Amino acid sequence: MKEQIERIRNLALEEISKASGRKELDDARVKYLGKKGELTAVLRGMGALSPEERPVIGSLVNVVKEELETLIEQKEEEYDEQELNRKLKEETIDITLPSTKVKRGSKHPLNRVIEEVEDLFVSMGYDVVTGPELETDEYCFERLNLPKGHPARDMQDSFYITSEYLLRTQTSAVQARTMMANEEKGPIRVICPGKTYRRDDDATHSHQFAQVEGLVIDKNVSLADLKGTLEVFVKKMLGENLELRFRPSYFPFTEPSYEVDVTCFKCGGKGCNLCKQTGWIELLGSGIVHPNVLKMNGYDPEKYSGFAFGTGLDRLAMFKYGITDIRLLYQNDVRFLNQFDRADR
Amino acid sequence: MKLSTNFVKDYVDIDVDVKTLAEDMTKVGNEYEEAGKLLNVTKLVVGEVKTCEMHPDSDHLHICTVDVGNEILNIVCGAPNVRAGLKVIVALDGAQLPGGVIKKGMIRGQESNGMLCSIAELGLESKFLEEADRAGIHELPADAPVGEEAVSYMKMDDEVIDFELTANRGDLLSILGMANEIAAIYDKKVKEIDLLHKENSEDINDNFKVEVNTNNCSIFLAKKVKNIKIEESPDFIRNRLIASGIRPINNVVDISNYVMLETGQPLHFYDSDKLQGKLEVRMANDKETLTTLDGIERTLKSEDIVISDGKRAIGLAGVMGGLDTEITENTKNIVIESAIFDPVKIRMTSKEILRSEASSRFEKGLDPNRTYMAIERACHMLEKYAQGEVTGGICKYDTTDLSNKEIEITFENINRILGMKIETKDILDVFRRLGFTYTQKGEETVVVSVPKRRGDITIKEDLIEEVGRIYGVDNIIGRLPMISPKEGSYDKTTRAIRNKMIDLGLNETLSYILVNDKEAKMFTKDDTELVSLLDPMTEDRNTLRHSILPSLIKIYEYNKARSVKDVSIFEIGKAFYKKAEEYGEHTKIAVLMTGEYYLGIENKKQVDFYVIKGIAEELLDYLGYGGRYSFVVDSEKMSEDMHPGQTAQISVNNDIVGMIGRVHPKLLKENVYVMEIDLDKLLDKKVGKMKYKEVSKYPSIKKDLSLVVDKTVTAKEIEMNIKKAGGSLLTKIQVYDLYKGTGIPEDKKSLTYALTFEKADRTLTDEEINSTMEKIIDFVQKKIGAELRK
Repeated sequence: MKEQIERIRNLALEEISKASGRKELDDARVKYLGKKGELTAVLRGMGALSPEERPVIGSLVNVVKEELETLIEQKEEEYDEQELNRKLKEETIDITLPSTKVKRGSKHPLNRVIEEVEDLFVSMGYDVVTGPELETDEYCFERLNLPKGHPARDMQDSFYITSEYLLRTQTSAVQARTMMANEEKGPIRVICPGKTYRRDDDATHSHQFAQVEGLVIDKNVSLADLKGTLEVFVKKMLGENLELRFRPSYFPFTEPSYEVDVTCFKCGGKGCNLCKQTGWIELLGSGIVHPNVLKMNGYDPEKYSGFAFGTGLDRLAMFKYGITDIRLLYQNDVRFLNQFDRADR
Repeated sequence: MKLSTNFVKDYVDIDVDVKTLAEDMTKVGNEYEEAGKLLNVTKLVVGEVKTCEMHPDSDHLHICTVDVGNEILNIVCGAPNVRAGLKVIVALDGAQLPGGVIKKGMIRGQESNGMLCSIAELGLESKFLEEADRAGIHELPADAPVGEEAVSYMKMDDEVIDFELTANRGDLLSILGMANEIAAIYDKKVKEIDLLHKENSEDINDNFKVEVNTNNCSIFLAKKVKNIKIEESPDFIRNRLIASGIRPINNVVDISNYVMLETGQPLHFYDSDKLQGKLEVRMANDKETLTTLDGIERTLKSEDIVISDGKRAIGLAGVMGGLDTEITENTKNIVIESAIFDPVKIRMTSKEILRSEASSRFEKGLDPNRTYMAIERACHMLEKYAQGEVTGGICKYDTTDLSNKEIEITFENINRILGMKIETKDILDVFRRLGFTYTQKGEETVVVSVPKRRGDITIKEDLIEEVGRIYGVDNIIGRLPMISPKEGSYDKTTRAIRNKMIDLGLNETLSYILVNDKEAKMFTKDDTELVSLLDPMTEDRNTLRHSILPSLIKIYEYNKARSVKDVSIFEIGKAFYKKAEEYGEHTKIAVLMTGEYYLGIENKKQVDFYVIKGIAEELLDYLGYGGRYSFVVDSEKMSEDMHPGQTAQISVNNDIVGMIGRVHPKLLKENVYVMEIDLDKLLDKKVGKMKYKEVSKYPSIKKDLSLVVDKTVTAKEIEMNIKKAGGSLLTKIQVYDLYKGTGIPEDKKSLTYALTFEKADRTLTDEEINSTMEKIIDFVQKKIGAELRK
């Protein structure tokens, strides 16, 4: 009997190792280990053996059975692996072919900059407010210490609709609106980005442009606070290494007034055509809110002080994205717009 | 304002170079545009032409030998006026002129070691050139010292700073004002102006009268100067005028300009013999005419201030004199006018007629002390440089207050506003340097007496500005406001809308709100009026838009002209209206789509009505209006600019908030689809907070339903009827096919729906669903004649 088992084992081993696929392995399993398989037949024939031989042969059969099973499993794994590798190879693609596009739209570069400015000031506790673009003379000028006939009105040639209504020439109009709207005449911390309009149209000026206005009113607000705030604003928007220069100036709605120059961002201060060889770019108008403005809008200048500032956003956007002509911002060429579809980083 | 540094050095010592002066002035608020030499030249000397012969190979060149002091140079010169014995300006080898560098060389075979110069070649602006300067080289006086530096010999070695001054600093439109400012910066003394002159024993008041018949003139002074001799001004006057940008004429005219530059007070000189013994200031009569100095007849308005001789206007006060009484070469006796006119009136008149050196000073307001000073200074100059004899006395009308303005301020106030701690002595030092006197009242308070010349300083804050300016704003350390922290806020909804549109694949645009009057109300139909500009720049931009769509149409056309055919754009912006004499504005969102549009991944589609409808629904759903809106057709409200068969109004809560549809083919023959929603109106409709709704744990069941209906029945009608019959079990209705053609009669169409049935608390039975389906089929047949498609 032992010989018979040994013979079956050898035959089976040969068949298994020769098998070229899963099918042959299955066949071998059925042939030797199946219900009607040869080894099973040996076990079945054990009844004829003596009680002493039975356990010996039984365990021998089991050992061989286990050996064959292990081998078959091993072989199966090998075949599976081969098969998988073949399939993977077959599925290999040309990864250099073009991708499947998901089209995204784009945010206008000026609005991108506006949102950036908003986010910066909101993080410092400012409220973003808006006001009408079709403004009254009262809010655009009179309440800002610019009575009718004031010479500074000439600085901003306006689009009038009637003698009372005009397109706002400056977002400063919102200063007066914000103060008037504050019923308890308490502290104010706002910025107002928006469109403004002046009779001016050339390569560097557009009759429609964007400004942002800032206004802070509280007890003990000082020029030092204005300086610190604008330093944060300019450095965050344009670059940490830039320097600011405060130059005394004149605006009817602030006293003292300052124009703020920043190191020329094109040449770094060495002098170039953008900064007219001065090394500085005039960026902001600012100052301490004029007591007349506080008074006219219901605030007591003995109790409260404030600062205000304003700057053009078109130029900021142009600098940020390297746009050389302001008109590009308003032409809306789709090939231009499409370029503003990625995250600012 | 062009500042001649030679001129200002008469009144204040300056130890720094011109560039530093310009920078330091800028730091205190007086911005400069340019600073440098009046003549940007080097290596020019006075020479004498020794010999002058014709060039053998030229019909106009001369070969000259020129003595330049230390040597005799051979120089070839083409000027017609060159001759032996002439004193000339010689540009030596290596000299820099505006036109380039002069180098030794050969001219038609003859050695030339320099150049003889004309005034034009030195770079003087052409308005200052005289006939002779254009014709040839400059002829220096016979006594000019050979070998001397030519520019300084001609007293043209001036340095000029061109300032762009702020509107409030009218005082700086004068040499004296500049001297005061410079003195404050460098802590110097300002020198006295020389007003000395003799006066004869006559009194002008004996035979001359001044009358002021308007309150737009606060002070009017007149003096007489006799027997003047008109000639060319001395070099220093001429050159200082040139450096200041004013063309020299003759000594008398030049003196009036010179004194104006010096004191800031414009003067006017009349030919006394052409007057009738009187000057009157009054408002012009409407339509009154006057021929001004420039020979133009002006028609005046009652808002213009005029000077009259008692009978007729002879000058436009503060703006321009009249032709009849002007100073000519034959003038012997003159009357000087020194006056102050109302700044606003002068500004209005000069805006209409001419902005002059005089009017720009009157506009800013003047110091009446200077009105007196200027007339005396003019007498001094006329006596000295025009041999004039000053008549005694002065005609005077004066309503001004000449006293200083007193302002009380505390040191604490100054430091609080500047945000720093400046020592009291340093603050007082600023006032002293500015030439202000002050009285300290105790430890904390000071009363500052501000001279009249600084008319811009009227309140405490103006003094704070002065301290900040002169002490130096650079010394103030920036900090962030020490105020209570709070959360900032912004309009999150507009941003959400913008981002949503971008997610839908649209490009955001930003367009001009000014359009032409024909476009302004396009795509709208309501009872509002146009909002027009009083004074537009161009007819193409004379009206405020009432819809954003005309702007988007322009953008579409701009892109189409550049072969960009796929355009999907949106804009959020203002649209304006006038109604019952009231003006207003609304925030709107507009969309324009044409060409191919990407629907998600790699799925392009030609834009049609349903694409833009999808955009509208997507936006409304996103904003929380799901289930509250519908698309309706109301031809009453439809603009003629839209395709009548492919346009719908968007109704939210039964209120029209906007519209979608195709642009009328008569406007654009291409398929262009647009949408516009009034965001103010839409967002006014409140939306509840986003809340979780339980998802059914039990399976839902889908059933298809193909119906054949009349062509005229709308999808909306079918859907509403299915919904009604389906009841609460029917949770979703979706159209997935529209079919017309074979198998369906001409006047019918077939729509196929996918219906979803669901119940939150249990699994539905087949019987329930089948009976519901039957109910639906029965209902739609009864209501809209729908048949099941076989």
